[in-house]
Amino acid sequence: MAADYNAFITEATIEGDADADGPLADKTVAVKDNISTEGIRTTCGSEMLADYVPPYSATVVDRLTAAGATVVGKTNMDEFGMGTTTETSAFGPTKNPADPERVPGGSSGGSAAAVAAGDADVALGSDTGGSVRCPAAFCGVVGIKPTYGLVSRYGLVAYANSLEQIGPIAGTVEEAAAALDAIAGDDPNDGTTRDLSEVEGADPDASYAAAADGDVDGLTVGVPTELFEGADERVVETVEAAIADLEDRGAETTEISLPSVEHAVQAYYVIAMAEASSNLARFDGVRYGNRAESDGNWNESFAETREEGFGAEVKRRILLGTYALSAGYHDKYYKKAQDARAWVREDFEEAFADVDVIASPTMPVLPFELGESLDDPLRMYLADANTTPVNLANLPAISVPAGEADSLPVGLQLVGPKFDEETVIRAASAVEDAS
Amino acid sequence: MSDTSESTDDAEAAPDGGDDAASAVDAEEVRHVAELARVRLDDDEVAAFADQFGDILDYFEALDEVPETDREEELVNVMRPDEVEKGLSQEEALSNAEETEDGFFVGPKVS
Repeated sequence: MAADYNAFITEATIEGDADADGPLADKTVAVKDNISTEGIRTTCGSEMLADYVPPYSATVVDRLTAAGATVVGKTNMDEFGMGTTTETSAFGPTKNPADPERVPGGSSGGSAAAVAAGDADVALGSDTGGSVRCPAAFCGVVGIKPTYGLVSRYGLVAYANSLEQIGPIAGTVEEAAAALDAIAGDDPNDGTTRDLSEVEGADPDASYAAAADGDVDGLTVGVPTELFEGADERVVETVEAAIADLEDRGAETTEISLPSVEHAVQAYYVIAMAEASSNLARFDGVRYGNRAESDGNWNESFAETREEGFGAEVKRRILLGTYALSAGYHDKYYKKAQDARAWVREDFEEAFADVDVIASPTMPVLPFELGESLDDPLRMYLADANTTPVNLANLPAISVPAGEADSLPVGLQLVGPKFDEETVIRAASAVEDAS
Repeated sequence: MSDTSESTDDAEAAPDGGDDAASAVDAEEVRHVAELARVRLDDDEVAAFADQFGDILDYFEALDEVPETDREEELVNVMRPDEVEKGLSQEEALSNAEETEDGFFVGPKVS
């Protein structure tokens, strides 16, 4: 398998239901290593959980195997999902199958690389600020970030609960959509999932795979200037050519403005770090996870366990999150970030009064070279400029290959209104047909 | 709005106040936050984080430009009947613990 790319942390099998028929029967699926698999270690790319073996499986894993898919392994990732390159993993970086000198993107880099290398038909990632779409774009495959509440997070090791969704990665839009059909739907074990029959405007009988019909005749595509400004010219040209293909197929494009997105990266990082600082407090070395040899008292042992178990990026985010929530700084950072989040949501709502989908580059840059951004966290954060607004606004989005620039994959991002996965899937399938 | 109106007396938590325009972070602040977060750091990490946090917090300063926004969340409580359901067995719940005794987790000494 993809030993060359280091896409997997653990190779292990969970057999799919042999009697199932449907699009996932006999397919193979790779699962990001922050999604629990009963009896198979789930490390989150961290030394802290290097030996952690969950006693239960995530809802999404049960749903995929019930649909006939066989799990083939657990994929490499930035530690606890904190990164844009898969280089913060305690298990070494994953290489990009499109160019092994470059990163596969992150944090679900192992999942995208496994699909790109042909080691799995489909993969699951999790997307907190772009972690499915970024690696899909960098590896030249398709990745879907569902509307918040469409897919159960039960069994996903939490990083920033209010932002993250599990989403599928596959070689084609239709395959990714078929995987979404299997994993979507409310779950009594996750109170934030929605029953689509109770959501206004949503279609509870939607078939996402059937929506991949390439029919964009009459579709209105909004093109926000803010998400093209500052992007690499080669990326912009490739994405504009893909949007022109949509016009050739009958779509109408219109320039729009989303002024709030200029603050999305700051708002995203403040909220994600704040939630992370609280979520990761559970890793105390007592109930699960590695514990440091320590003669100290509870607090000292706790601090030593976390010194040993967490890598630099995880410590950085826990500390900054603690800082942003601490007395004297809460209003300055956290409250303002929540204001920005509401503003971003409003901006998108207003835009969707006039357009059906919003198109932009998924990533403003081409894949980094391995090691290039690791010592400069802020530079890494800025690469998330186009993906983070979608998580802040709880919306569905897809990254679909738009073409190549300098022989490197470029992803086009399509964002839709809440619970309108079908429209983004339909538009993405047209981009795919054209290229 | 002003950020320190309610916390000017909390000198320990925000030693530099919060009202300076620049967000330089010194080693002592990093150590303080690390202690709050229960993460031990070595001296090299403290120095590196102090540098990086200054840059990152400067970047976060742009949030000051965000207008106050009406946050209308369509949130509803999700309830279910409080009925006993099958959960993890005691053995499963303890299976990943470093140390257990008589069906309990064993933690470090409290003091």
